[in-house]
Amino acid sequence: MTLDFNHIQAAHCENGVTTSLLKHNGVKQITEPLAFGIGAGIFFTYIPFLKINNGPVIAFRTLPGLIFNRTCKALDISVVRKKFFSREAAEKYLNDELAKGNPVGCQVGVYYLPYFPKEYRFHFNAHNIIVFGNEDGNYLVSDPVMEGTNTLSAYELERVRFAKGALAPRGQLYYPKENRPVTDEQIKRGIISGIKKGVQNMLQIPGPIAGISGIKFTANRIKKWRDKLGPKDAGLYLAQLVRMQEEIGTGGGGFRYIYGAFLQEAHPYTKQDGLLNIAQDFTAAGDLWREAAVHAAGIYKGRLGSQQDYNTMGDYLLEVAEVEKKAFTALKNIKWQ
Amino acid sequence: MKKEQVPQDMSALGKITKEVCYATDENGNYTTQLSDGWDVKITALDKAWEEIEDRAEAARQKVLNGEASPLLYFMEKGLMDIKLLAGYTGFWQWQVKRHLKPDVFKALSEKKLQKYAEVFNVTIADLHNLKFNDA
Repeated sequence: MTLDFNHIQAAHCENGVTTSLLKHNGVKQITEPLAFGIGAGIFFTYIPFLKINNGPVIAFRTLPGLIFNRTCKALDISVVRKKFFSREAAEKYLNDELAKGNPVGCQVGVYYLPYFPKEYRFHFNAHNIIVFGNEDGNYLVSDPVMEGTNTLSAYELERVRFAKGALAPRGQLYYPKENRPVTDEQIKRGIISGIKKGVQNMLQIPGPIAGISGIKFTANRIKKWRDKLGPKDAGLYLAQLVRMQEEIGTGGGGFRYIYGAFLQEAHPYTKQDGLLNIAQDFTAAGDLWREAAVHAAGIYKGRLGSQQDYNTMGDYLLEVAEVEKKAFTALKNIKWQ
Repeated sequence: MKKEQVPQDMSALGKITKEVCYATDENGNYTTQLSDGWDVKITALDKAWEEIEDRAEAARQKVLNGEASPLLYFMEKGLMDIKLLAGYTGFWQWQVKRHLKPDVFKALSEKKLQKYAEVFNVTIADLHNLKFNDA
């Protein structure tokens, strides 16, 4: 049984799942940048005491699940989200929803996903896919980062839905409860609340490790990595930073571009001309993140490696922090009508 | 980033699917462009895998020297730690820790070995022979 479902490729998995599911449920205006902005996906945090793959956690986006929840909430669409203890119950619930004609978002682990190339399989448990059908005992899967759709056997799907470790999905599935269109006015209100939330997360969040202050904190840490960790591990940490920044599912530089695209798309809904200039600031921030990544690559490839090179790396991030601070402050000062 | 600057360096993923990137056109308006990959990302990923291979090789040497059971090698190859391996097998962490000792491992029942074999996608014989399934 296959549902009438349109696969949409996206730059980031949760944006993609949110966009596809909402579009399927009648929200015709939704696009990936709108989902990302309304869901206030933009963020930064460096968690020095948490390690994955023997390196620090550096996130460029909000917690998994929030983009979907916030976007739906902002558009007044209720959400169903379930976790399961039993694998049988998880499979039965999924089959029942498919039988009712609902494509369903699933949080999965990447490590056992057979259609991913081996090099990309890590124990990362916050990947998102949509299951939209069942054919000859296989599930039909729309993975937003892939150009086409894929299939998974029941065993393969169960394995990734019950991946273990940090952020274990525990069979988690979610979907919009309602199927109805939204008005442009609702989109506008969603955009405004999303921007306000983004501003709050980047400018006003308390503590030194998140938001703009988190970027500065990371910058100062990087300058100490070479002495503290030795050149080998410091290089690995920088490689980790770049992977967190640019790989599927994390995408930091990329997220700044998506946010720029969001502000441009927000313009016709809100009629705020200021948004177009601020969009350019986010383009500049994205470009700077990428320049910093090129510099980091020089270090982990072994072409660079002096303390001066680490200082330059830290300074790149300080510069990014300034550009983003200016942009978010401008967003904060907008007078919404 | 301008649309025409979106990097097209062939990555392992690029052979399977192109990635969507947001970039600007000649008027500064955002649009999307497909990318094969980016050298900076590819080498960052290579670096991570080099480190994993180094750790796995160190583990293999330990197993060959009789300092650890073959599970240590499979754990490193499978990018796991004791906690994660315990999660996947259903054993307690202290049990996994015990099973990492060569003598304890030798005395493990078929049933317990089968659990480990399943997690690592190999046969029990492979476990003993350090034959990791790379597929």
